[in-house]
Amino acid sequence: MNRTQPLVLGIESSCDETGVGIVRGTELLTNTVSSSMEEHVRFGGVIPEIASRAHLDAFVPTLQEALAEANVQLADIDAIAVTSGPGLAGALMVGVCAGKALAVATGKPLYAINHLVAHVGVGLLQQGTGTATSVSTPPAGSPPETLPDNMGALLVSGGHTEILRIRSITDDVELLGSTIDDAAGEAYDKVARLLGLGYPGGPAIDKLARTGNAKAIRFPRGLTQPKYMGTAEEPGPHRYDWSFSGLKTAVARCVEQFEARGETVPVADIAAAFQEAVVDVITSKAVLACRENGITEVLLGGGVAANSRLRQLTEQRCSAAGIRLTVPPLSLCTDNGAMVAALGAQLVMAGVEPSGIGFAPDSSMPVTTVSA
Amino acid sequence: MLILAIDTSAVASAALVSDDAPESVLASFATEDTRTHAEVLAPGIDALLAEAGVSGHDVDAIVTGVGPGPFTGLRSGIVTARTLAFVWDKPLYGVMSLDAIALEVAESTDSAAEFIVATDARRKEVYWARYTLSDAQLPHLADGPHVGFAADLPDLPVYGAGAGIYSDVVKAVAEFSTRQPEALSLGQFALARLAAGEHLLDSTPLYLRESDAQVPGPRKRAL
Ligand SMILES: [Zn+2]
Repeated sequence: MNRTQPLVLGIESSCDETGVGIVRGTELLTNTVSSSMEEHVRFGGVIPEIASRAHLDAFVPTLQEALAEANVQLADIDAIAVTSGPGLAGALMVGVCAGKALAVATGKPLYAINHLVAHVGVGLLQQGTGTATSVSTPPAGSPPETLPDNMGALLVSGGHTEILRIRSITDDVELLGSTIDDAAGEAYDKVARLLGLGYPGGPAIDKLARTGNAKAIRFPRGLTQPKYMGTAEEPGPHRYDWSFSGLKTAVARCVEQFEARGETVPVADIAAAFQEAVVDVITSKAVLACRENGITEVLLGGGVAANSRLRQLTEQRCSAAGIRLTVPPLSLCTDNGAMVAALGAQLVMAGVEPSGIGFAPDSSMPVTTVSA
Repeated sequence: MLILAIDTSAVASAALVSDDAPESVLASFATEDTRTHAEVLAPGIDALLAEAGVSGHDVDAIVTGVGPGPFTGLRSGIVTARTLAFVWDKPLYGVMSLDAIALEVAESTDSAAEFIVATDARRKEVYWARYTLSDAQLPHLADGPHVGFAADLPDLPVYGAGAGIYSDVVKAVAEFSTRQPEALSLGQFALARLAAGEHLLDSTPLYLRESDAQVPGPRKRAL
């Protein structure tokens, strides 16, 4: 196996995107994604069984397209990487079985990859391959080949909301905080439904919020009371954690009150105030976690990285705290196979042993397990 | 003709069958478990190929059970079969999974001219199909597959694990009361059908049930 510039194929199926990506070392060759998002629209959220059915039908065509686009033969691949968790159990199963079958059919080594760490791994792909851009860009011509020291990652999507500390992308990742109920993107979807804005909720609310007054209403910031926060010396039980279910309930109560009074619901103001509550609590806790853990470099990942207000406030607060922020291009922030391949390549280059073909997908795989 | 058959409609199983081999069997495996497909299937197939000294190039076709069966398990076998067929560039066929048990019934001494095969569909239901037998022919699928309550099955002898679970309400054939569809019989059935010039299915899964998703109704207003 080529361990210096390994050609790695990555498979992603943890939610509603079937992704196959191919990288050579830190160079991105292709990022092919087939999404079942359209099929979930009428339900207002991802339906696991529908996503799983879509993965089954999308896998081989997506693989075929990726190989053609990268102009790569399976025989040339050094290793295969597949998301084995966390994610939707039935959806993970399709990708894991496909990855294993690919390993059996080709005889190539297989790595079982942690989806959350893969979101960070995508930040290691070189710039100049037409893919990576960042907010505070390092000088051109100096692609980040290794992660900086004091590295953190803020992941915000429909499936997760986490702040991680990464000492080593291949074997030392720590979960500093996460949502204890809904993911931020899920809260957006639920509130968008309440406001009659359709699915997915993120873009709809983000757009409408620009015309609303975020200060018109103040919605609660979950888990910010002293009993949850504690102090830096004596942290409370949820100092870096989030909760969005109370916020969703508060929005519902607010809408009901307007209706009960027979008044027009100020949808734009509610959207803006809700978005402000989400983004404020995400960024303030993330920056707090960074400051108290000596993190000076942060990568923003996950589909909600597309949210204009989240990007703006994260930039603002990171820069005020002296933290350098990187945001990969959106196609690499949302779930995709390239990030799985990117992390797979890091594992190969670090000399980590493959996972074999006997592992089980793990829908609640902890970030401390970078590869199974 | 050498076929690699896979079925995960209930247990996980795979087999290499060939018309050149005695009893058409080269090698086969099946688990007892119905919930560890993702772990055991790929290693099982890998070991099967090694045991028979066969590589992907030697295989002429791949056959997958297309259910009916619990969805997540069913998909693990189908995606495996589709991927192997793609990489090895081999034809891929589907066979209705209950046919595997029907073939075993046809070959047994206590078969009936008309019978039902049933497997567990969970949620107090069974997957079932009705077959007819005539001399020296493959079992003929007369009706099905369906999903429904065991008590509503036609009044015929019922073979398979679905009968064993509901032996209080169906005419369960004791000898077959724990029988699950397996790739070995499935592959033998496919081999016989192809030899007889019959068509097989494609690899589209037979879910028989929609996803449970409900389209949310309009939100209730406060007044
Ligand atoms: Zn993700």
